[in-house]
Amino acid sequence: MGNKQTIFTAEQLDAYQVGSLCFVINTSSLFILIQKLFYRYRDLAPQLVPLDYTNHPDVKLPYELIGSMPELKDNPFRQRIAEVFSEDGEGNMTLDDFLDMFSVLSEMAPRDLKAYYAFKIYDFNSDDFICKSDLEKTLNKLTRNELTDDEVRMVCEKVIDEADLDNDGRLSLEDFQHMIVRAPEFLSRRKPNNITYILIWF
Amino acid sequence: MSQDSLDSLVTSENDIDIRLDVDDEYEQERQSGRRRKRRRRSGDKKEKKKKHQRRRSSSSARDGREERQTKKRESSKKQREKHFKERTTERNEEEAQTSSVKATKTNKNINNEKTRKTKTAERETEKRNEKKMDKSPKTIERKESEGKNTDKSKERKKHKKVQNSSDEEKTKEESEEDKEEQEELDKEQEEVRSECLSPEELEKLKEAVDERKKLIQSLRVKPWPMKKKLVSLRESQEFVEKYEGALGKGKGRKIYAYKVIMTKKWMKFERDFENFKTTLIPWEMKIKEIESHFGSSVASYFIFLRWMYGINMILFCLTFGLVMVPEALMGRPYGSIPRKTVPRAEEASAMDFAVLWDFGGYAQYSVLFYGFYNNQRAIGWLKFRMPLSYFLVGVGTVAYSYMVVIRTMARNANESGIGDDNSFNFSWKMFTSWDYLIGNTETADNKFASITTSFKEAILEEQESRKDDNIHLTRFLRVLANFLVLCCLAGSGYLIYFVVRRSQKFALDGLENHTWWERNEVNMVMSLLGMFCPMLFDVISTLENYHPRVALQWQLGRIFALFLGNLYTFIIALMDEINLKRKEEMIVKYNITTWENSFNGTVSENSTATPISLHPADVPRGPCWETMVGQEFVRLIISDTMTTYITLLIGDFLRAVLVRFLNHCWCWDLEAGFPSYSEFDVSGNVLGLIFNQGMIWMGAFYAPCLPALNLLRLHISMYLQCWAVMCCNVPQERVFKASGSNNFYMAMLLVILFLSTLPAIYTIVTIPPSFDCGPFSGKNRMFDVIHETLESDFPVWFSKVFSYASNPGLVLPFILLMVLAIYYLQSTSKNYKEANVKLKKKLQMQNEENKKKNKRAALKAQMDLEEARKASSQQKHVSPRRHQDVNEIHCSRQRHYYSKNGRNPAPPVGDRSLRRSAPRTYQHVNPGPPGYLPGLPRQSETRMHRVPSLQRH
Repeated sequence: MGNKQTIFTAEQLDAYQVGSLCFVINTSSLFILIQKLFYRYRDLAPQLVPLDYTNHPDVKLPYELIGSMPELKDNPFRQRIAEVFSEDGEGNMTLDDFLDMFSVLSEMAPRDLKAYYAFKIYDFNSDDFICKSDLEKTLNKLTRNELTDDEVRMVCEKVIDEADLDNDGRLSLEDFQHMIVRAPEFLSRRKPNNITYILIWF
Repeated sequence: MSQDSLDSLVTSENDIDIRLDVDDEYEQERQSGRRRKRRRRSGDKKEKKKKHQRRRSSSSARDGREERQTKKRESSKKQREKHFKERTTERNEEEAQTSSVKATKTNKNINNEKTRKTKTAERETEKRNEKKMDKSPKTIERKESEGKNTDKSKERKKHKKVQNSSDEEKTKEESEEDKEEQEELDKEQEEVRSECLSPEELEKLKEAVDERKKLIQSLRVKPWPMKKKLVSLRESQEFVEKYEGALGKGKGRKIYAYKVIMTKKWMKFERDFENFKTTLIPWEMKIKEIESHFGSSVASYFIFLRWMYGINMILFCLTFGLVMVPEALMGRPYGSIPRKTVPRAEEASAMDFAVLWDFGGYAQYSVLFYGFYNNQRAIGWLKFRMPLSYFLVGVGTVAYSYMVVIRTMARNANESGIGDDNSFNFSWKMFTSWDYLIGNTETADNKFASITTSFKEAILEEQESRKDDNIHLTRFLRVLANFLVLCCLAGSGYLIYFVVRRSQKFALDGLENHTWWERNEVNMVMSLLGMFCPMLFDVISTLENYHPRVALQWQLGRIFALFLGNLYTFIIALMDEINLKRKEEMIVKYNITTWENSFNGTVSENSTATPISLHPADVPRGPCWETMVGQEFVRLIISDTMTTYITLLIGDFLRAVLVRFLNHCWCWDLEAGFPSYSEFDVSGNVLGLIFNQGMIWMGAFYAPCLPALNLLRLHISMYLQCWAVMCCNVPQERVFKASGSNNFYMAMLLVILFLSTLPAIYTIVTIPPSFDCGPFSGKNRMFDVIHETLESDFPVWFSKVFSYASNPGLVLPFILLMVLAIYYLQSTSKNYKEANVKLKKKLQMQNEENKKKNKRAALKAQMDLEEARKASSQQKHVSPRRHQDVNEIHCSRQRHYYSKNGRNPAPPVGDRSLRRSAPRTYQHVNPGPPGYLPGLPRQSETRMHRVPSLQRH
């Protein structure tokens, strides 16, 4: 097994610390955390990921591997999450994407950021609006297609009726944020566990 | 290999690689400068480095050509790796050198002298360096510079551009070149900077540095991909490191550097401290783990358990620190007086385990129980007022518990009061109902089911609010269910009453004359009721068709009412026993006085003889009902704990083991079929916890060891239950959010607290204490200790004032005043609530109005845009300008958006430099405008002005 020197350089570690990984620190030292995350990443495909990251190798893990992680495998939006965070938009992730994803989804990340990414996740067709088709997809994923068509239509109408501030029949990011920051999970002092909030299980 | 893959390869590498693409001429020039510097600094390494550089320059030239023309990936990659290693080593050396220069001023002066020497030799190149240096800060700040030097350099650049123009990727080259020049110059600039910076430039520099710092701080909050964050972070950090030393000269510089270092360290410390604080919360990770697997309803039990542990910790500290330890350290030792000695009759069996386990023998005559304490007013060299302390701790325990429970309830109510807003019911259900912590397939399945049911319920409610014809049936069913439950409760209450009365009769007759069933009737009936009634309630509650959270609350309330019967029987039994003991005590007291009288009579006859000194163990003594009560409670707690643990082990663990291992050889599927694994019973566990706490509050006065025991129990059950839940329970069928139920637990706790303090206070106030045991022996009532202290320990005027204050003439008006105050506060709070509701309504109205307004505005904007489009279609050549306009609108809207959200817009300098570097990284993957996902269709213009794209800021 490698140690710090062989996986990352010290500058890389520093950069990650200030960059965004400080969201996810539960353990006392950053080094352990990054190493753990790195091994989590590497364990998905030991044959693909090298143990030496000092020269920035170009490695991407396919979505099939990312989506099979225990943190994501039961999530109905796992494909969207992977797509949103991956650089190529198809769910294939580099180590940087991977770290990015976990830092945003960790409990320490600020809520505004979470709301922004939540919007992206629910915006299935990536047109920067949550329209009716997006809502239907979300609802069907949440309920595993157990609601009837009438019910789905009714719920979608209600959602748009409630949250659409400018009456254009779809939710923009502003509408979404306006709605989501008023959610009880956002207001209560307890940490929100329902808005893109994934703990990393080591 | 395709172009894409190659590009992605390039992007994934460090920005040092950028140098590879640079034309040979510049490369060599740069290296010559570098060589010079190295010659100055380290002469002995010169030859070796030269070789390196030559090889590198030639190979890099070849490399660049290859990349541009033949695109052979393999060889170039190898080369690049080689170079990367070489360069990193070189770079590190350089950095080390420059930093050492930074650190000491004297060193720098020497270096400056050296540069002056070399100036004569290599004047031309030096001049060029200086020019570049002049330019570099300005290019970073992007200010318009009009000096000659920069003009010249610009010309030079243009020249180069012309040379490069044959290449395909011209723009890319340019940006790289820019960057490279800048980087190169940044490094060399150190030495001459102090000479070439004017005060205004310093000011600008300072601003730029501050902006960069802000950027670094706000970097975390930005929704950029990690790579972009890293790139911009690296750039800003380099910038800050390079320039902040330049601000101020001499002493000021040193102080500045020191300040910077300290703030950095302080920030790091703060960050570490935050992390440290999260690890300090006890069992936080354990509870999180459970929450992730079982949902928040199960976790709410464990949070409640932790809260309870905290309270018990305080209670334990109070009793242990102010009662038990002082008595053990400073009170009279064991065996000195009768109440501290095991009586002669019990001495033989006092050390037996069975007796100790029952808290008899030595355990009974120790600090653990009330009877051990002496009524000496002050003990030890501290003159510790033991009886007073005992009484005050007893009162303080109850007072503190009341305070904490009520305060927590108020806080929870406040929290839930805010979230009462129901205006986004469906939206929240849609976007926030998925529990992202779930990582277990079963939990996920249940969550899917529960979300579906919650949606169905919400739909049902929505439909019912529109037309209410079905509501009567539900109402009828609910009333029916409540009626059934009431019947159940009344029946069980009567049964308990009946059984208790019968057992009292039996007890009067003498237990020996009756059968086993008749002797244990009460216990059996109680446990049977406790076992079957909850099931019955569960069945009945399916009639009501409530939301599971509401159903849980009803269930909790009903079982609570049932258990009150339990409590009632226990208290009745206890009071009976107290009365028996007091009768016994009266007899003993009478006997003792007659015996003493006769003894005194004999003594008085021959007064010369010394009074006979009895061994303390032989002295006759009363039954001490207080210790008996304490023992009773301790035994109850112990047996309750044991039952809990054993049912946990058998009901959960053994069942899970059997189901798991017998499943291979059984007729039907055990896991899916009948026994299955057990669920975590939230209501039962919560009620167990609450009633246990009630016992503690009731008994803590007579057995100071109770909080300690309870602490131990809670500690063990925390670990045991965490383990049991994780290893042998399955998640509940309907996982639901437990938001408000925590306050429901609190409410029940408050009721129990009230009910349990009532008998305790009753016994303290009305029953006189035993004559020969405990801290209050010899007094008429326990609270006389206060009176005594007031009289003897305080000055006369104080007791006088107190006696005046406590006369009914003053107390009654005071109580009246309090009642008035309570009434006033209550009515004001009611008014506030009404005002709140009104305001909410107003807000809603305003929202609707805003919606209408927005709609109008949107329509107008759309019409304007239509017109603009028409105009543009008429005049094709105007379109680029319009596009710009649209972009401007876009920007202004963004700014507006951010200022609205209270976030500062990103610093312009950092922004620009970012944009300058970002295209290099992203131009091939992200063809669309920033803010859109790469590889996806471009946005149409009509929409564009509405999208706040965060990536730009």
